Amino acid sequence: MSDKTIERVASATPVRVARKVRGLSDRAVAWIFVGPTIFLLLAINIFPLIWTINLSFTNFKANRPNRVVEYIGLRNYERILSDSDIWLSMQATAHFLFWTLFFQVLIGFTLAWLINKKFRGNDLWTTIIVLPMMLSPAVVGNFWTFLYQPQIGLFNYVVSFFTGRDPSSFEMLGSVDLAPWSIVIVDTWMWTPFVMLICLAGLRSIPDYIYEAAEIDRASKLRQFFTITIPMVLPFLMLAVLFRGIENFKMFDLVVQLTGGGPGSVTEMASINLKREAFEKWRTGYSSAFAIILFVTVFGLASIYVKALNKVKER
Amino acid sequence: MSYSVTEPSSRQKWVAGTLVVLYALITMVPLLWIMMTSFKTPPDSISYPPKILYQPSLEGYVNLFTTRTRVSPEKLASLPPPANFAEEIVRDRKMVIAGPSKFGGRFLNSVIIGFGSTFLSVFLGTLAAYAFSRFKIPLADDLLFFILSTRMMPPIAVAIPIFLMYRKLGLNDTHLGMILLYTAVNISLAVWLLKGFIDEIPREYEEAALIDGYTRFQAFYKVVLPQAATGIASTAIFCLIFAWNEYAFAVLLTSGTAQTAPPFIPTIIGVGGLDWPAIAAGATLFLLPVMIFTVMLRKHLLRGITFGAVRK
Repeated sequence: MSDKTIERVASATPVRVARKVRGLSDRAVAWIFVGPTIFLLLAINIFPLIWTINLSFTNFKANRPNRVVEYIGLRNYERILSDSDIWLSMQATAHFLFWTLFFQVLIGFTLAWLINKKFRGNDLWTTIIVLPMMLSPAVVGNFWTFLYQPQIGLFNYVVSFFTGRDPSSFEMLGSVDLAPWSIVIVDTWMWTPFVMLICLAGLRSIPDYIYEAAEIDRASKLRQFFTITIPMVLPFLMLAVLFRGIENFKMFDLVVQLTGGGPGSVTEMASINLKREAFEKWRTGYSSAFAIILFVTVFGLASIYVKALNKVKER
Repeated sequence: MSYSVTEPSSRQKWVAGTLVVLYALITMVPLLWIMMTSFKTPPDSISYPPKILYQPSLEGYVNLFTTRTRVSPEKLASLPPPANFAEEIVRDRKMVIAGPSKFGGRFLNSVIIGFGSTFLSVFLGTLAAYAFSRFKIPLADDLLFFILSTRMMPPIAVAIPIFLMYRKLGLNDTHLGMILLYTAVNISLAVWLLKGFIDEIPREYEEAALIDGYTRFQAFYKVVLPQAATGIASTAIFCLIFAWNEYAFAVLLTSGTAQTAPPFIPTIIGVGGLDWPAIAAGATLFLLPVMIFTVMLRKHLLRGITFGAVRK
């Protein structure tokens, strides 16, 4: 049968019959469309997650697959919660989280506020500011170790230029006091634009008439800022903090390249510690339990935070 | 001229503009320094004070793409004159080119895995997003939320079982393995973004097409896809950037045949210490496409970032 005959036959049949014959039902189409995605997620997200939970109750070591695997109950979890190294890594993570969020919110919001003054060419400059967050943290982080070199590094040179200190007198990556801050600086440089963009979306969502009404009521600019701008942007800002918080809790690539967890273990954050346990010491069961604890922590904190966020939104 | 209370005064604009431009210039310094370093000779790159003006050289790029061996002065003198500029640069350092380096292959891996996983996640993501947008799927909201929440796992945590699973299936250090993995990571975001774009397309168009005798597939293919093209394109950019930049999975699951550029570039070592111009050259070649992309496609990208975030 030629295509034309098919078309003629098709157009002659009633629509309902035609749909049954020529096409699949909506339900079948829905499953065909969603199926592969669900399958992929089950295979590469859900199944590994369940496997991790299972492993976390065992003493399995991935570098010795032939050893007999024993179920040891909650012992991995008990050991982790009493392990001082783990608590130190959580402290390092908390320090990093707090200060990166602090600086990113402060600088990000200020920049968004300034950009929202709509000066000429603001979208071009916004794009330039956004560039760092588009780039590979590993590659960029690796290059920052060069900028942080004590004698020859550009960063030390600039600091010495402005403060008069000898550029070889301080090591950003090598000293216990400065290493955590060296990471905070790079992360702030990379991710402030993200907070800025979200804040900018928030600022642009405030309709002009609110300010006009405030102006008629003779509210001062300062008052307008604190009673209109800040409350209206707050939900956006909190969202930005949520995303950055989750991302930085998982932080791995930047820190591996910058300090590798050193000096000593000052900057050994949760992810770095986890990698060491899992892929260097090969304590697979133990590290699986740690992974689950981390996941539950992020998930729990995020859920509480989202509740708070919804309250802010309702107001 | 009408007076507006919300329009900032020209002095405010000027001050705001100056501050933003200042920040933008400072933020660019590390990136400019990477590019500048890539055109320095190794001695210039580590001189004190850091050199801003220097004689540009392609030594970094030559070192990036070649492996070299040191030869004795007698041997060097006996060689025929250098055939091209690369050999000339290498001979000046009393070395000869021994062969190509691994960088080309690693870069190609990044391209294959990046584009492969982007294509797959956008393809599957568009289908799933269409279904989530148009059909009633049981527990759709929970499903979508759960899909997203898997992104909260630290990559290392997922890497343990994936490493074990891939070892069993023989997918460790293969292109296919990495493509599937990046697709799985990207697809949640892809479905999320695309669902938003497809929700915006009026259903009436497809319904009209269905009445005209199109099947669902035809209606999807001929009516919805062209309308969603911009959304699909900007989703693709996000997936590509993620896969291009990814490091944690790459460093844990690949070591040779399928290793991408991010874990490779930091390991470039020259003679007697790190070869910073070569590292910078690799970084430049790797980062520059993304930068050009970002500037060219800024409208879609910036919209996508805030759009994806604000809807969640």
